Amino acid sequence: MNTCPRCPKHFCFIFLLLLFSFGTVASENKIEMGISEYAKTDENHPLKQPLKLKSKSTTDHSQLKELQQPFANGPEVTKACLQCHNKAGDQFRHNKHWTWNYQHPKTGQHLGKAVLINNFCTNALGNEGICAQCHAGYNMTDSHFDFDNHENMDCLVCHESTGTYYKTPTTTGDTACSVMFKGKPPIDWTKVAQSVTLPSRNNCGHCHFYGGAGDNVKHGDLSSVLFNPPKTVDVHMSADGENYSCVTCHVGEAHEWAGSRYQMTLSETMPKAGMPRETSTCVSCHSATPHPLTRIKGIKLNSHTAKVACETCHIPTIARGGVATKVAWDWRTMGRLKNGEGFKLEGYTQGNGEHRHTYKSIKGTFVYGENVQPVYGWFDGTMHYTTIDTKFDPKQPVKINSFSGSYDNPDAKIYPFKEMNTVQPYDKGNNTLVYMHLWGEDENALWGNYSFDKAIKAGMAKNNIPYSGEWDFIETYSYWPINHMVAPKEEALACEQCHTKNGRISQLTGFYLPARGDNKWLDLIGLFAVIGTLGGVLGHGTLRIIATRRRKTNG
Amino acid sequence: MANHIVKLHVFKRFERLWHWSQMVLIFTLIFTGFRVHGMHEWIHFDTAVMLHTWAALILLLIWAFATFWLFTTGEWRHYMPTAKNFIQVARYYALGIFHGEHHPYIKTYRRKHNPLQALTYLLVKIVIFPAIWISGIAYLLISFGFKDLISGLGIDCTACIATVHTFAAIAIVMFVIAHVYLLTTGHSFIDHIKPMVTGYDDVELSDEELAYLRADEPNRIAEKIN
Repeated sequence: MNTCPRCPKHFCFIFLLLLFSFGTVASENKIEMGISEYAKTDENHPLKQPLKLKSKSTTDHSQLKELQQPFANGPEVTKACLQCHNKAGDQFRHNKHWTWNYQHPKTGQHLGKAVLINNFCTNALGNEGICAQCHAGYNMTDSHFDFDNHENMDCLVCHESTGTYYKTPTTTGDTACSVMFKGKPPIDWTKVAQSVTLPSRNNCGHCHFYGGAGDNVKHGDLSSVLFNPPKTVDVHMSADGENYSCVTCHVGEAHEWAGSRYQMTLSETMPKAGMPRETSTCVSCHSATPHPLTRIKGIKLNSHTAKVACETCHIPTIARGGVATKVAWDWRTMGRLKNGEGFKLEGYTQGNGEHRHTYKSIKGTFVYGENVQPVYGWFDGTMHYTTIDTKFDPKQPVKINSFSGSYDNPDAKIYPFKEMNTVQPYDKGNNTLVYMHLWGEDENALWGNYSFDKAIKAGMAKNNIPYSGEWDFIETYSYWPINHMVAPKEEALACEQCHTKNGRISQLTGFYLPARGDNKWLDLIGLFAVIGTLGGVLGHGTLRIIATRRRKTNG
Repeated sequence: MANHIVKLHVFKRFERLWHWSQMVLIFTLIFTGFRVHGMHEWIHFDTAVMLHTWAALILLLIWAFATFWLFTTGEWRHYMPTAKNFIQVARYYALGIFHGEHHPYIKTYRRKHNPLQALTYLLVKIVIFPAIWISGIAYLLISFGFKDLISGLGIDCTACIATVHTFAAIAIVMFVIAHVYLLTTGHSFIDHIKPMVTGYDDVELSDEELAYLRADEPNRIAEKIN
């Protein structure tokens, strides 16, 4: 009788608990109305990591009389910069960050952001109004941009150090989208101009950590975690480690710097002390024999470096430190609306507690991954791309980029990649990829009108690409070489991650990999031989025992 | 010519040390080698590689000493193949052993192994061990970054080297099984092990041999049995 009156209380408690947990589940799949998604670029960029050292530059730009004036916009600042830095314009004229064009020296392919199709938002060409947020220039509103007008170069995005600078889309886009850039505090051009210094990770990171319109969406090994990573995420960039900025490794001269995903440098010799370094590989600093020669393991590991990239063992997983990367994207679900309005679904909570969208009306469905194991392949450094004019077999998944290499190629190494898997539209009649018209104030823009039909037709037409008029969906893969997020050496891969049956690199062929069990015949012969010998001695022994017993019983 | 069975010091201290350290090292090499090959995963791969490499290097060193010892002491003669008594010994293992016959062979001063044993050891020494050592050293050189040295010899196939090495290892396993099994034949298991521990075994000596040993190496004779 004493306990019974308490029952309702218990009941209440359980009910509340249920309600609470239901509420948690519901909030994980929270629906947000609207299609605004660029909150990150909307806000002021706080300086994510203070500069480690006081600038050692011989010039204090805040003292220069050329910068003691009100500037109305970016080009005015650039004009002032170029007055003194009178070679900078010519130098930057050839930089990929400006041209968005790249002529591959080996394959001859015309690459670069300006023309390529990826398996995220697909194409920047024709969508410059939104994509040129990450163009190191001003006023790139469409594909007819004057690259010879140096005043449109954006010096500040790479050199300012206040953390208050930001870039917005160069055109407004659909009315449903345009609301998202309202109400931002204006840039204090004089203040940011006076703050210029060598690029820090705050500069590089604000584009490169957010490639693909979100934190770590594209690369997997480049996320906002790198603004201030723990040593377990990145030994080079952690304040507890080397505290390197991006340009410590990505060295450059004359506004050209090392490190390209189109043509990667995999093998090189370490420059001697005092010699200039033009590449940004591990070997540039660590040499090709970095493991201690005083131990068997060190010697053995050093004999791996000719065939296994450092990154393969020393970056055990990507998307570490609490920020997820997008691993799959399905465009087929694009265009679902609620009460005629676009919406977003927060379906993934990543390690750092932030929610990520698993569905957006304008883009479709996404899958995220954290601590993702890379895929591995023989890679000689040369990337081949499926461009707009590449015809493919639609029965097979399309490789947006693919790489060549084999064990027998002395330049090739086993290399880690992030694999991105997408289902996206293609030209069904011509068997090519398509350019889509995503961003615009017109009725054809996908974002706002949700019609693949119109968006593809308009995207192909405005870029003068032949279009059959029929489209369908195709599965695509892209491969992102992994170089960042080098873990402490204690966390490097253990040997048996590869030296085992069904290990990380079991699918790679053409070479002897101890413990993989390559030679089935050898194993079979060995097994028969050993079992045969054992059987022989056991048989012989048994016969002896039987013979002895017989002799004993026979007296 | 009367024959005497004498308990004689036949296995020198070095020989016994050699045998037992070789046993330990070969068992280590078999266990770690088949781990590296992927047959079992009872220890970490890197531990196996480390143990395998060190055991091989130590065994190489012991082998260098043993080869020197065999040739400088003339002990190599014990391994020379002989047809004498070969048939009898083979017949014994095939038939006689089941009829309770005694082993037809007794160690002599010049022959501490029976003819079948001597031939087996010789084959192990000139076929199986060279196969494992040549392939093993080649593999070790590749592992230690001297791949060019090996390819310079016209061998550019690590998998082939590994295959030879594994085949030789399988042959050694077969040898070890037979070797240990044969310890159970004859008097007893312990009787076979004892000489390799104490060094003393029953040896058949001629008058002359006995006289010589009594005069020049009296310390080698433990007791005269008859």
